[in-house]
Amino acid sequence: MTTTLEGIAASKGIAFAKAFVLEQPEMNIEKKEIEETDAEIDRFQKAVDHAKQELQIIKEKTLNDMGEDKEEIFSAHLLVLEDPEIIDGVTAKIKDEGVNAEFALKDLSDMYVTMFEGMDNEYMKERASDIRDVSQRILLHLLGVENTSLAAIQEETIVIAEDLTPSDTAQLDLSYVLGFATDIGGRTSHSAIMARSMEIPAVVGTKEATSAVGSGDQIIIDGMEGRVLIAPDEKTVEEYKGKQQEYLRQKEEWAKLVNESSVTKDGRRVELAANIGTPNDIEGVLSNGAEGIGLYRTEFLYMGRDELPGEEEQFEAYKTVLEKMGDKPVVIRTLDVGGDKELPYLNLPPELNPFLGFRAIRLCLEETEMFRTQLRALLRASAYGNLKVMFPMVATLEEFREAKNLLENVKAELIQEGQAVAEKIETGIMVEIPSTAAAADLFAREVDFFSIGTNDLIQYTMAADRMSEKVAHLYQPYHPAILRLVKQVISAAHNEGKWAGMCGEMAGEETAVPLLLGLGLDEFSMSATSVLPARSQVRSLSGKEAAALAEEAVQLPTAKEVEALVHERGFVTS
Amino acid sequence: MKEQTYTITNDTGIHARPATQLVNKAGQFSSEITLEYNGKSVNLKSIMGVMSLGVGKDSEVTIRIEGADEEEAAQAIDEVVKEGLGK
Repeated sequence: MTTTLEGIAASKGIAFAKAFVLEQPEMNIEKKEIEETDAEIDRFQKAVDHAKQELQIIKEKTLNDMGEDKEEIFSAHLLVLEDPEIIDGVTAKIKDEGVNAEFALKDLSDMYVTMFEGMDNEYMKERASDIRDVSQRILLHLLGVENTSLAAIQEETIVIAEDLTPSDTAQLDLSYVLGFATDIGGRTSHSAIMARSMEIPAVVGTKEATSAVGSGDQIIIDGMEGRVLIAPDEKTVEEYKGKQQEYLRQKEEWAKLVNESSVTKDGRRVELAANIGTPNDIEGVLSNGAEGIGLYRTEFLYMGRDELPGEEEQFEAYKTVLEKMGDKPVVIRTLDVGGDKELPYLNLPPELNPFLGFRAIRLCLEETEMFRTQLRALLRASAYGNLKVMFPMVATLEEFREAKNLLENVKAELIQEGQAVAEKIETGIMVEIPSTAAAADLFAREVDFFSIGTNDLIQYTMAADRMSEKVAHLYQPYHPAILRLVKQVISAAHNEGKWAGMCGEMAGEETAVPLLLGLGLDEFSMSATSVLPARSQVRSLSGKEAAALAEEAVQLPTAKEVEALVHERGFVTS
Repeated sequence: MKEQTYTITNDTGIHARPATQLVNKAGQFSSEITLEYNGKSVNLKSIMGVMSLGVGKDSEVTIRIEGADEEEAAQAIDEVVKEGLGK
């Protein structure tokens, strides 16, 4: 009988194979007294040398298979491995205390791990896992424990592990390893990110995969639904074979569209762009054929740290993104914190209603020094690509004017300093507050573009907190009020010869695409992996038919009827 | 012995990439090199030692170099610091 484990879908695809359960090597480290301390030091040094050779090989393999970004992990490991604090510290401990190398190393690395984990800084916390990984590697050599188990896989396999460390994932031979499932982790944990860059299916956070699955069990993993199926019966296997083929067929179809344009059957062209959070996301943006960046959320530069990022650091990040995107448009949104995104170091007083409170542009227009630093970095970076600046949470025209004014001031200041700044930089706003949507025609005269932020626009229009389970059913993207607002915003932009985009989750949804296309949306910005499916859909649609559909949809009284209409008319295949 | 005192002007202090550059440079010399901050002194050839100090912006640090190649080391490290870390 088939047993099913539910986990988190970390990387798309379906795989069938025998399971290989990765055993955590037994590492019983006992304290022993050593008399021949010189020999013990020698043994330690040899283990370090072996670990070093191993790391060099892994580092090169990673560089070839996965690129510079991922290789850096192992450069950091090598640096830790060569660290005199460790080498000298362990050597001294063996000599002075007469203890065995294993104990000396464990003791010292535990101390550093505890110290770095205790620091209130994401970067340092990550270094703690480097130290753990490296010290484990040396320990395995000292204990003579074989750690080649992953590398030794010689048949088609799905790896099951508690978690996979960078060293583990680098050892996976993709000609045999078809996918993996882990007990712990989430969509953004290291293992999940690696699975997506290796493009193999993965399910993480199953809680019990290592205890429920035995090595050699036949299993299926479904990276779309986040499922692990153990000992599937024939019917299940058939069903999943079908699903797999469908996925592979689609993927092939989509892959053909990477360099194609997003144009409807009757010749209407739109821009399909991607949302990003950090410069590291660019790789995925390009490999998925996005035509631009519709939303770069700069708040990640400000989060997970103790102080504001400086101008140089921001400049480097923006410049990297702009350079990598070439001539393609990059819409960078200025800092949007407050609401559910807090920055402890700003010491903002707590609010009863943070989503209606002091956030985004409201905060930036008060904290002008902080805002100016960001604007300086943005403008300096503008010389390296096609930058468009977007202000979030604008409710009144005064706010937009004030922000734009500040931008112009900073620009004049930079030019005076002799810095290069792009001549033309479009400045636009997020439309996420109903007041702005309702008065879009007035805004359209002054801004260069609109980008509709549906996540907030829906929750403000419906007065339904999207985090609250009890009212989640009121969060309705297809409510006639939302469709009408979207329509109004797009028309207002077009009447003034401006463009309108959308950067909420809705922009990439299969049901929404034909409606938005029909309403005249110019730019759709979504997560990178949705771009190709959306392009395939756009290319199958007729702009005229979509317009007729949208015309009809805005007249319907309920969200349910809108969704039903889109399906009935055959605009959605799944 | 060479001794130099710097004020760290880099916004993030001695973290991440700048720390790595400093450690890599120090590792090229045979002299003993230490970094002193806030009454604590660590080996500048140790990434973990350096990062454990948690040197932030506007901190004052002292670098001491002693050994056969101290002249060259002092100059090379001075360059790395002034390239973006501090003055």
